[in-house]
Amino acid sequence: MFGATLVLALLAAMTACSAGSSVSVPPDPDAISIGFTAEPANLDFTRTDGAAIPQALLYNVYEGLVKLDADGKIVPLLAREWTVSEDRRTYDFRLHDGVTFGNGQPFTAADVKFSIDRVKTEWTISLKSKMDVVERVDVVGPAHARVVLKRPSNNWLFDMTTRIGAMFSPSGVADLATTPVGTGPYAFATRKRGDSIVLRANPSYWGRKPTYTTVYLKYYKDPTALNNALLSNGIDVISAITTPDSIGQFETDTRFTVLQGTTNSEVTLSFNNAKAPLDDKRVRQALMYAIDREAVMATVAANRGTLIGSMVPPTDPWYEDLTGLYPHDPARAKALLAEAGKQNLWLRLRVANLPYAVSSAQVVASQLADVGVSVSIEPLDFPAVWLKQVFTDHDFDMSIIQHVEARDIVTFGNPKYYWGYDNPKVKSLLAGADTGTPEQQVTAMREVARTIAEDAAADWLFLFPNVVAAKKKVTGLSDNLVSESFDLTGLGRR
Amino acid sequence: MILALMRRTGIFVVSVAAASVAVFLFMAVLPGDPAQVALGINATPELVARTRAEFGTDRPLATQYFDWIGGVLTGDFGRSYVTRDLIGPQLADRLGVTLWLVGAAMVIALLIAVPLGSFAAVRHRKLSGTVISGVSQLGVAVPAFLAGILLVQVFAVQWRLLPSGGWTPPDQDFGEFLRGLILPALALGLVQGAVLTRYVRSAVLDTLREDYLRTARAKGLRPGQALVRHGLRNAAVPVVTVLGLQLTTLLIGAVVVERVFVLPGLGSMLLDSVAARDLLTVQGIVLVLVIAALLVNFLVDLLYTAIDPRLRRS
Repeated sequence: MFGATLVLALLAAMTACSAGSSVSVPPDPDAISIGFTAEPANLDFTRTDGAAIPQALLYNVYEGLVKLDADGKIVPLLAREWTVSEDRRTYDFRLHDGVTFGNGQPFTAADVKFSIDRVKTEWTISLKSKMDVVERVDVVGPAHARVVLKRPSNNWLFDMTTRIGAMFSPSGVADLATTPVGTGPYAFATRKRGDSIVLRANPSYWGRKPTYTTVYLKYYKDPTALNNALLSNGIDVISAITTPDSIGQFETDTRFTVLQGTTNSEVTLSFNNAKAPLDDKRVRQALMYAIDREAVMATVAANRGTLIGSMVPPTDPWYEDLTGLYPHDPARAKALLAEAGKQNLWLRLRVANLPYAVSSAQVVASQLADVGVSVSIEPLDFPAVWLKQVFTDHDFDMSIIQHVEARDIVTFGNPKYYWGYDNPKVKSLLAGADTGTPEQQVTAMREVARTIAEDAAADWLFLFPNVVAAKKKVTGLSDNLVSESFDLTGLGRR
Repeated sequence: MILALMRRTGIFVVSVAAASVAVFLFMAVLPGDPAQVALGINATPELVARTRAEFGTDRPLATQYFDWIGGVLTGDFGRSYVTRDLIGPQLADRLGVTLWLVGAAMVIALLIAVPLGSFAAVRHRKLSGTVISGVSQLGVAVPAFLAGILLVQVFAVQWRLLPSGGWTPPDQDFGEFLRGLILPALALGLVQGAVLTRYVRSAVLDTLREDYLRTARAKGLRPGQALVRHGLRNAAVPVVTVLGLQLTTLLIGAVVVERVFVLPGLGSMLLDSVAARDLLTVQGIVLVLVIAALLVNFLVDLLYTAIDPRLRRS
């Protein structure tokens, strides 16, 4: 009996909607729903790694003293302004007045000290080391915090724009995994695991009030399900389309705008520089000549990405076009392999089991076969198995993964990093770039980018495109993805 | 009768207890320290030790088991290593979604299978019966996820009649809840309905060949009347057996359909927890699924005795 009732109700609902109503988006004009592919495991980015948590919370719920604007420039946020001492070790931050946390507590210089000190004591993610350069934080006055560094560091101020620089209140850290408390324009409202996170405008926000008072962050593991949600009016925005060959269906549909720009995400064919045979620079260079990156990008990203030639996206101040360094030249590749005496190479390409990585691996393997290098492709379960075997145990010859973090070129200064690249010149250039003036930084970083490219320390296949598709009514989305936040503060409505 | 019931209940309880030990041991022997996994590669040894004590994974296995199962009996499944959330309420929440999905799919399957199967049996030498038979054969071959993708493409993307996915709890907005349930329940139910149609058809066909039905016809009943009055209850016994097996299959099918339709059910929770190596959560989910399967078996046993009075005497 119950069954019959249910089916009748189902039928009734179906008829009701065939009257032509639109689907499932809350009709509230002040609400917006945005689709993502990676869902945060919890809401505590101090203890849990991964890009999904800062993507949802940074700049939206949590704010730092400074932030990155859409052009990648460091601009004031909770700090009204700051000054840097002559020796470039002391930063004086003047804070905005009248800032409160979501739980009502006022934000003062004491919270700056608390938050920065806490990175060293309580955080566990690997990024915490970025705060090691801080010697101490002084509370000069309620609205004046002074940070003293052990040595000058350009990277430190940049890192303060990332999750590392997020400001916490001592009264708001009891349960970060489920109850984040920040000073941002939005406060965390609810979450339904496996489905969504809801943010609501913070009524006592100190800055410009956001246009949308309710934001639904909806999570779709499957990219096709995400695309379908926008196509069927289930959501308003796709934060980033991860399957570039599906972009066309949004471009041809008059309901949507499609924005395309760059990310910080280098799709990298990494070499194990520390292990034979790829410890031989000639072999690595031979592989670089053997690979036709344009063909890889055409196959994997429907030609939407950007060729880069080194580990620098065009939005970084030290970008230089290095794509001409290794033109596709199979004859030269064979000659280099012959010179190195490595004609019958067999390499293990152990990639993350993600679509872009597996399809890149297939193109790369077939191109390497053309110069006599046989490649066995082994897709590994990502993240668990890949992190353990490739990233931690360095058990690989080559791998393919997107390196998504901003300015991650500095990893080439760490010989223990999984690419096993150890070049004293690069290390000292990186150190100089960090301590020098901004001009010296640009010069030195350019030199680093060129050196690792000439050394063929890795093959940067292409830069993954940032493609955002949205309903026409949504404005204020940015083309380029430069920070780790999906910044909701600039969104508007037509 | 009472004795039989008690015996079956006893078997059920013992199976559940054995299953809980098996599930626990299986998770315990998997390599990897949950504290280390949860904290990542750069955690200090002191913090790992502190976290291990916090999780309770530094205690002997037996203590951990009895602590865990004791909690489970009171509805406390512990706190997830990865999400730091209580697992019990999560499980209840997710189980609710999956039960709605599986229940609706089962109803759809029955509504398709019983009339169509009986019809196909009664008319098994006619064209209409053969056509139903053939179509159900085709339905058996279509996996639920494919049905799901096709339904989304047509009803959500092309016609925009129904949502392509997502979940609205029934107490929040019942209309939206139903609209969200239709496509996933159809994806799951159509395929099971096709499978079930074939069983109903053959069960009814067997019954039709029985002597007592011929007798019923002989005293003047039409074929349909004879079947309804004397045949259906007999045909129900094999169908209930299959139904029990199918319910278990539906729980597994739900894992895939939940992914296609982005439903926050038990299946997607299981996939996510496995991917994140959230072992305590996996342990809880697997236990719930095992109990569900055993419970279905138990209920099917009880149902037999309700349907067939002969079984009550034995």
